Amino acid sequence: MLKTFPKGGIHPAEYKITAGKPIEVLPVPKTAIIPVSQHLGAPSTPVVKKGDTVKAGQLIAKSSAFVSANIHSSVSGKVVKIDNVTDTSGYRKTSVIIEVEGDEWDEKIDTGKTLKKEFGLSGEEIIKKTEEAGIVGLGGATFPSHIKLSVPKGKKAEVLIINGAECEPYLTSDHRLMLEKGDELMVGTKLLMKALGVEKAMIGIENNKPDAVEHLTSLAVNYKGISVHPLKVMYPQGAEKQLIKSLINREVPSGGLPIDVGTVVHNVGTAVAVYEAVQKNKPLVERLVTISGKSLKNPGNFMVRIGTPVSELIEAAGGLPEDTGKVINGGPMMGKALNTIEVPVTKGTSGILVFPENESKREEVQNCIRCARCVSICPMALEPYLLKAASERGMWEIVENDKALDCMECGSCSYICPSRLPLLDYIRLGKSNVSRIIRSRKQ
Amino acid sequence: MSDVIVYSIVSLSLLGVLAALILYIIAQKFKVIEDPRIDLVEQELPGANCGGCAMPGCRAFAEQLVKADDISDLNCPVATNENMAAIAKILGKEIAEKEPLVAVVRCNGTPEFRPKTNHYDGASECSIAHSLYVGESGCPSGCLGLGDCVRVCNFDAIHMDEKTGLPVVIDDKCTACNACVVACPRDIIELRKKNKKDRKIFVSCINEEKGGVARKNCKVACIGCGRCVKECPFEAITLENNLAYIDPFKCRLCRKCAPVCPTNAILEINFPPRKEKKEKEGTPAGEK
Repeated sequence: MLKTFPKGGIHPAEYKITAGKPIEVLPVPKTAIIPVSQHLGAPSTPVVKKGDTVKAGQLIAKSSAFVSANIHSSVSGKVVKIDNVTDTSGYRKTSVIIEVEGDEWDEKIDTGKTLKKEFGLSGEEIIKKTEEAGIVGLGGATFPSHIKLSVPKGKKAEVLIINGAECEPYLTSDHRLMLEKGDELMVGTKLLMKALGVEKAMIGIENNKPDAVEHLTSLAVNYKGISVHPLKVMYPQGAEKQLIKSLINREVPSGGLPIDVGTVVHNVGTAVAVYEAVQKNKPLVERLVTISGKSLKNPGNFMVRIGTPVSELIEAAGGLPEDTGKVINGGPMMGKALNTIEVPVTKGTSGILVFPENESKREEVQNCIRCARCVSICPMALEPYLLKAASERGMWEIVENDKALDCMECGSCSYICPSRLPLLDYIRLGKSNVSRIIRSRKQ
Repeated sequence: MSDVIVYSIVSLSLLGVLAALILYIIAQKFKVIEDPRIDLVEQELPGANCGGCAMPGCRAFAEQLVKADDISDLNCPVATNENMAAIAKILGKEIAEKEPLVAVVRCNGTPEFRPKTNHYDGASECSIAHSLYVGESGCPSGCLGLGDCVRVCNFDAIHMDEKTGLPVVIDDKCTACNACVVACPRDIIELRKKNKKDRKIFVSCINEEKGGVARKNCKVACIGCGRCVKECPFEAITLENNLAYIDPFKCRLCRKCAPVCPTNAILEINFPPRKEKKEKEGTPAGEK
């Protein structure tokens, strides 16, 4: 029996068509558009001005609040302007626009490929380097990693969980990372363990990636304390709370954090980024992006500089097919459709999916038939049909009391609904209103 | 046989009298003493329970009116000035006469002026679409056209125009209860002073982006050029964040601002047609 979480979950068709495609490096773009808000929390403050020359890896925007992250230039060149540019939501946000000249890296950064295993740093030093490098959770939520690593007083981390589940259909970037950068991942995990002061780390991988499980298990022999666990293929296995339940059978309390049950979860991508930041002084300036879709000519996994326009990425994958209906930023379950492809790749872009017209349409909405399928598959044990009905009518108290804030927006309810109700859309509306009410109550 | 009828009539009557007595005593003992003026005031209120006064219904507002010492800042947006004067008379308190207001939709982004660049097929609610992304055109402040304002209107005073995709307010029905203003996630609807013959003149745009950017998405966007500000003889127009705003209380409806607007963002509604300027003989067009 493979480990899994006990309540709910679905199994959508996987379509991991790019699983066998090795990582390719996308050429440096002509112009990089780097938004100053690529993470959860406050936008950073730009520290460069128009006309400045920057090198790849140089700090261009400084973290401005407790929950915020540094932003570094991903290319070398000249700052053309700092202006509002359309981001993935279509709204215009402050971005630094850099015209690329050559590809020169900051002197301190080691761009070599040799593995550097040994480190003599203390936990605090590792956290400091993570913060300086602007590392955020690369699974998609983009929460600044150094905050997760700083364990609050009175709490103790016992085990580190590394998330290699990659439960979203289509996406394969974490899979390729585990296969091709296994050693870096292991050293990164060791660094995270040191930062947290734990002796044990568990890597959870969905069992549809047997080659990754095998590869990492063979590597783990050389690294004390790290173990690899195959997990049942079940969406959302890679959700933080579900993964904790699957691996160590502990339940994070409602409104609580993983540290409340003595654990911290990091994505495999984050672990590799921490390795590069600490061992190679390399800030987070590039990330692995899966570009996939059935009608694409050349889908694949690309190492992309942050700030590269999505259109260039699609060009590398063979251009936009004629029958394109939707381009999605992220996975098919949780990602959001883009309204223009002239937007930059950011720290949170785990995949770009190109869907043909006939697959991307929402079906006609019908009435709720009270079949309760949404209730039975909700991994957080919520009642989506009820939350939808309440937020449609503006009954925010019911939405709050029925724990809408526990919803992590996995989209399973909208997926399973036979009446094709936009359940998640309404739950999101309820969540934003409830958090607004809670904020106003605190004031 | 007749005995049974007599006994039952007598015993039931006694029982009835007894029950009435008990009810009377209890009613006297637990009597709720209520100000009789509340009923009178409530009768004067419209009874729509729209919530425009920020109270949960007309009865609650009537209670608040009776209780408060100073009612000059309490206002029912739906009631007429006569109603409010009658209430003031009942209560013997002073009440401020209010300017009648009307809801105005400040977006003129019809498909002709503001073409759609993408298609939204999510839940049909403006608030959801607004939180997800910029909308079907590229304008971050333009009307989303999914009708949140129509659904909240208690007076049937606002409807979607199918051709333009924009909401239309019926001035006679609008009571200025503020419900649509609150419902609109983009703050497009504003309550403005109601003028004679429902005449209005306003900047039909709330886009605060730079002129060029705003113009790119919508041909009738305010580009913040400031020509109307210079033209206005009453200092009623202000320019802030690339957006002109006509103060409805300072505006005297002289209509000088509308023709100078290069993007036709200033709308004039219910005015008689302009007299065409008589060109002087011998003066070439465009010269005065």
